[in-house]
Amino acid sequence: MTQGSAPAAAETRRKVHMQLLVNGEAQEVAFLPHKTLLEVLREDMQLTGTKHGCELGECGTCTVLMDGEPMLSCLVLGIECDGVEIETVEGMATGAGPHPLQTWFADLGAAQCGYCTPGFLMTAKSILERDPNPSREDLVEELSGNLCRCTGYLKIYEAIEAAAKDMREGSQ
Amino acid sequence: MTAPKDESNGAPTPEREGLEQQLQEGLRLIGKSPRKVDGMAKCTGETMFADDLSLPRMLICKIHRSHVAHARIKSIDTSAAEAMPGVVAVLTGESMPNSFGILPVSQDEHALCIDKVRFVGDPVAAVAAVDEDVAFEAMNAIRVEYEPLDPVFSPAKAIDNDVEPIHDYGDDGNVHKRVSMQFGDVDQALADADEVAEDVFYYEGNTHLPMEQHATLAVREADGRLTVWSSTQTPHYLHRAMSKVLEMPPSRVRIVACPNGGGFGGKSDPFNHEIVVAKLAMLTGRPVKVTLTREEVFYCHRGRHAVLMRARTGFKKDGSITGMHFESLLDGGAYGSYGVASTYYTGALQTVTYQVPTYRFDGVRSFTNKPPGGPKRGHGTPQPRFAVEVQLDKMAERLGLDPAEMRLKTLQPPYSNTANWLAIGSMGLGPCIEKVVEGSGWKDKHRKLPRGKGIGIACSSYICGAGLPIYWNAMPHSGVTVQLDRGGGVAAFCGATDIGQGSDTVLATCVAEILGVDLEDVRIVVADTAITPVDLGSYSSRVTLMMGNAAIQAAERAREVVAKAVSKHMGIPAVRLRFADNRIFDVQDPEQGITFAEGVALGEARFGTIAAAGSYSPPRTPGKYRGAGVGPSPAYSYSAAVVEVDVDEETGEIEVEKIWIGHDIGQSINEMLVIGQVEGGVYMGLGEALMEEMAYRPNRFGVHKIPSMLEYKSPTTKEMPPVVTYLVEDPDPNGPFGAKEVGQGPLLPVMPAIANAVYDAVGVRVDEVPLSPEKVLKAIESKDKRYGPKRFPDLRITETMRVKTEAEGGDGTAPRPPRKPKSEKKEVASS
Amino acid sequence: MMRLPPFRYHAPDTAGEVAHVLANEGPEAMIVAGGTDLYPNMKRRHQMPSTLVSLRRVTDLAGIEWGSDGGVRIGAGQTLRALERDPGVEGALPALWTAVHQISTPVLRNMGTIGGNICLDTRCNYYNQNYEWRRAINFCMKCEGDVCWVAPSSPRCWAVNSSDTVPVLIALGARVTLVSDRGVRELPIAELFVDDGIEYLAKQKDEVLTSIEIPAQGEARSVYRKVRRRGAFDFPVAAVAVRLAFDGDRVESADIVLNAVGSTPVVCTDAAERLVGEVVTEDLAAEVAQVAWKPAKPLDNTDLTHMWRKKMVRVNVKRALLELAPGT
Ligand SMILES: Cc1cc2nc3c(=O)[nH]c(=O)nc-3n(C[C@H](O)[C@H](O)[C@H](O)COP(=O)(O)OP(=O)(O)OC[C@H]3O[C@@H](n4cnc5c(N)ncnc54)[C@H](O)[C@@H]3O)c2cc1C
Ligand code: SF4
Ligand code: FES
Ligand code: FES
Repeated sequence: MTQGSAPAAAETRRKVHMQLLVNGEAQEVAFLPHKTLLEVLREDMQLTGTKHGCELGECGTCTVLMDGEPMLSCLVLGIECDGVEIETVEGMATGAGPHPLQTWFADLGAAQCGYCTPGFLMTAKSILERDPNPSREDLVEELSGNLCRCTGYLKIYEAIEAAAKDMREGSQ
Repeated sequence: MTAPKDESNGAPTPEREGLEQQLQEGLRLIGKSPRKVDGMAKCTGETMFADDLSLPRMLICKIHRSHVAHARIKSIDTSAAEAMPGVVAVLTGESMPNSFGILPVSQDEHALCIDKVRFVGDPVAAVAAVDEDVAFEAMNAIRVEYEPLDPVFSPAKAIDNDVEPIHDYGDDGNVHKRVSMQFGDVDQALADADEVAEDVFYYEGNTHLPMEQHATLAVREADGRLTVWSSTQTPHYLHRAMSKVLEMPPSRVRIVACPNGGGFGGKSDPFNHEIVVAKLAMLTGRPVKVTLTREEVFYCHRGRHAVLMRARTGFKKDGSITGMHFESLLDGGAYGSYGVASTYYTGALQTVTYQVPTYRFDGVRSFTNKPPGGPKRGHGTPQPRFAVEVQLDKMAERLGLDPAEMRLKTLQPPYSNTANWLAIGSMGLGPCIEKVVEGSGWKDKHRKLPRGKGIGIACSSYICGAGLPIYWNAMPHSGVTVQLDRGGGVAAFCGATDIGQGSDTVLATCVAEILGVDLEDVRIVVADTAITPVDLGSYSSRVTLMMGNAAIQAAERAREVVAKAVSKHMGIPAVRLRFADNRIFDVQDPEQGITFAEGVALGEARFGTIAAAGSYSPPRTPGKYRGAGVGPSPAYSYSAAVVEVDVDEETGEIEVEKIWIGHDIGQSINEMLVIGQVEGGVYMGLGEALMEEMAYRPNRFGVHKIPSMLEYKSPTTKEMPPVVTYLVEDPDPNGPFGAKEVGQGPLLPVMPAIANAVYDAVGVRVDEVPLSPEKVLKAIESKDKRYGPKRFPDLRITETMRVKTEAEGGDGTAPRPPRKPKSEKKEVASS
Repeated sequence: MMRLPPFRYHAPDTAGEVAHVLANEGPEAMIVAGGTDLYPNMKRRHQMPSTLVSLRRVTDLAGIEWGSDGGVRIGAGQTLRALERDPGVEGALPALWTAVHQISTPVLRNMGTIGGNICLDTRCNYYNQNYEWRRAINFCMKCEGDVCWVAPSSPRCWAVNSSDTVPVLIALGARVTLVSDRGVRELPIAELFVDDGIEYLAKQKDEVLTSIEIPAQGEARSVYRKVRRRGAFDFPVAAVAVRLAFDGDRVESADIVLNAVGSTPVVCTDAAERLVGEVVTEDLAAEVAQVAWKPAKPLDNTDLTHMWRKKMVRVNVKRALLELAPGT
């Protein structure tokens, strides 16, 4: 075990002040340096759309996109996000309306309690960005890091498949 | 389709007749699959769960918990915590001497323990500090001196008289509750049987594991009143507990249940942390929030009781049952919770699927030094259901019968009373079985698949709300008010809580169907004890049925006001008016009509502001004996499942390949939500069957072995098989539009169907849940090809209540037991 | 929410600078790469470095470079996901690919690095718990206590090496490079591990692992089999890596490495020797599995029972061998 001499409070209780690029907007934010991105988003930026279920990397609820890849915001420091493009569920809808994934998740009942939903949406978005036509097996694999206690995942697959179809047809 | 009966005023009015005809002509929304009313908000991050709330000057609360299993508290030293900069308040139990608990008979909890701690995780002190870091440090700086007491972890030991008692109440020793009742002559029935099966089963405890960790925010308002936002399924009961412990009049306490990030029963008790932050808010005058860690969620528990069971059942050669004697020993954990009801539930519903003409139930719930068991999806019934369905499977083989056929032949008839006086309404189990048998290709597979592959069947039933409330009273179980706006908007108010099951949508759908408006025109206000009429809570699968009926009644009454005014205005009888698509029109000449908004304006002009209330109380139940409060329900849902598995004989690992499930829903309110609940129930059943368990380390002070999302195993996408769902719609006269429950029932057949499929695959019986690979492998390697408990302890039943069945000419009553010396305990009922 | 304890934070740009910061900060500093192992441990307060030296900005730890002979040099900072997506790894090193692919979850693999996976702290379900929980058992030898609850009479800690890639890398004959202010050293990866739950690495505190080199595999075939409860998230509770090189039908050389059944990976030399010169048959595979099974000594500190885990070693060694046998 490594048990260091704890750094002095004066050193660690001082907030860092930095710019985070969240949902396409550069925002100034001040936070304690030992805070995770999850805590910074929820507590210092009031972006509470990103949820948490364990804070230890064991559930996927806190998934956000960092430079387009899904990451667990509970295991990234805020200060590690300098220059990273962060995307949360709040940034999914564009001015024109909801993202097709949001529409289909809502329409097909892929969100029951909705607590795991932001994490699933983020992972799903990255899946479709890499592969506009994922197979069911791909979805099972790529979503295996997001737990949902309500749906049994089946409606989530259906919603992603429907959104993928929409997006393929829309982009033709 | 019949319009709901309004028992409060007799003769049907022309307005009501009009509605009845409207519903008969066809439903616009009921049974369809529109998006949930809260569906999009949950996909944009807008839904505010309890931990998403924060207020200016908010303090963070952390709770110091016992790190010993059983001890007397000698002293609590909070001085170091209090001295820390940033700590605003430190709380101990003395400031909240009143006890609380969900059931009137088990008021055995304190917001913070006062003289004793009863399990590792019991709350002892609390801090409120300016932020999470300070609160954490302060919590850990609290020092508690304990005088250790002997802990007890096993229920079999706990029911010995010579162990250290955990509570100073209960039946004797650490027996929290002992019940014994008999309907008909079971001994005779077993003697008359061609075959008697006797099996011992064990069902390990497991927990809800909602993705959302419990959170509560409390604030003392400027005028000294209290408002609490919480992730609770039962704001009404929290309201009562809060007012009792804080000694505040209920009229000055407001509980708002936030949307729950999953509940499954895990948020249906009033919890210590909810009361603690309220107290801290009252003391500090600042908003105080607590959000539990995942570990603490395991300590809240109130999940599936671990139950050891013995079933002795007599069968005739044709597979019919002559009688059943069922015994259960529940590991209750450290507090009462819903435990008395849970105990009864392990014995109540054995009789509602197949005909069981004579029935005896003995049950004991023990206290142990572990987190308390309570209601988890299926409350008290998955354990006996597992036992009954596996035993039937064994007997079918012994008798040379097809297990599906055998079940079909012994079904409890619809609209009948069971031996234990439960009144069955519509009963669609037969079609459920037929559909899954057909869909799965059962006949070509059962006992015919290659070794390692297997198929199994099991059935179940569940209540649609409890016939009696938790504390006895004559008031309705659910209330809804509907208020119409002259702009055409509708507001519906109800105390029900959406925990993901979709109760908000059910409320809006019922109201919109009756008033002929779109879902988007209905704004719902729910789960706020200061604003919404009482609904008892989201437990026992009661909300759709009870709230739905109340909503229909309220909407119908509002409709009546509008119809009267429109009828006069249009000069046609109200019976000809139809409310649909935001219009009110003449059914004989649909072109002739006005908008709904215009109709409301007419009504408002004539009768004043339009607001109507509806409420629901369940019908009276035929059972009148002591204990008859648990089991009765306005209606029973039914499910049947067939499961196909692949078992690795070298490792014992089970892969569930596909599940077919039929569910008798009566009538879907929203079909998409119904299927979602079925799939979710199957998922949860899968986890219970294969991997979930509340494991402890009795050798290490009784700590929870695995209080984390990683080690408490919940199935991932990789374990979830395809599910084929069949809905059977046989409307029940007591359900709103005929609807029955779906939130809990479909979980129940999954575990026994898997166990039966494993037998079909590799010829071993695992009479224990979960069916982990170790157990399957042990069974394969064992001589008797079985893994499971062998013995059942003596429950020391001294007296059995004897109730005559209907066949015996009984009337649902039992001779009163002799009065106990102490004052008779209050009766307990419901889920 | 569970907070990290406070720390000082450095994010240098080169491996050399990392080594330099480590040398300056002393043994209480720790490297953090993906943080997927270290941050949970810090939140549970069983690793509390006063200084974190982040590899996030370090550019010279990246890269997957294939040599002309088919060998490969992997930068320690490479994410597991990058390895998984590398067609070369999937094609030429299927056992490594399988091991990487089965680590936890896709989202975690986006963050975790191969270096972190190799240096992964040993695990034990008496240890990987929150501070408050560990207080209830009076802590244990690995952190703040003095008894090992798994084997109370034992003088040592039995926490489990639970890395998925390590047994494969050993079987493939990988070498690692360690850099410190004192210099550079290179060693076979097997020598990096020590049979102790606490001091499980031969790496010094001031050394940074910079790269892993895997020699060309030629015609040798390898396979990885992981035993765990669920198809995602879960650490191995028993793991088997096997590499076989053939001369015609006969085994020319064999490597069998187990992991997650002790504090250190187990190299099954006896079992491997039994294979050399032989044709792999069902019977031989069973016999070799029986030999390989002996040194596996799992204790009761992971998911699933240790008796079952031990049996699974035998089953999986056999299955691995049969999978690799020619003609299968
Ligand atoms: C829920 C969950 C499940 C997991 N499942 C698995 C699993 O199935 N299999 C598995 O193998 N792992 C698993 N892990 C563990 C871990 O995530 C991975 O092993 C990952 O590869 C660790 O890499 P990292 O970069 O995140 O390590 P970090 O957390 O950054 O570091 C881990 C350790 O390695 C040291 N370190 C990192 N890089 C270097 C370097 N270059 N030089 C010297 N020291 C270094 C750190 O100081 C630290 O002690 C799991 C983790 C979680 C949270
Ligand atoms: S093996 Fe023993 S000393 Fe090591 S972590 Fe586990 S309990 Fe602690
Ligand atoms: S909160 Fe569970 S993985 Fe981040
Ligand atoms: S919808 Fe509730 S956890 Fe997924």
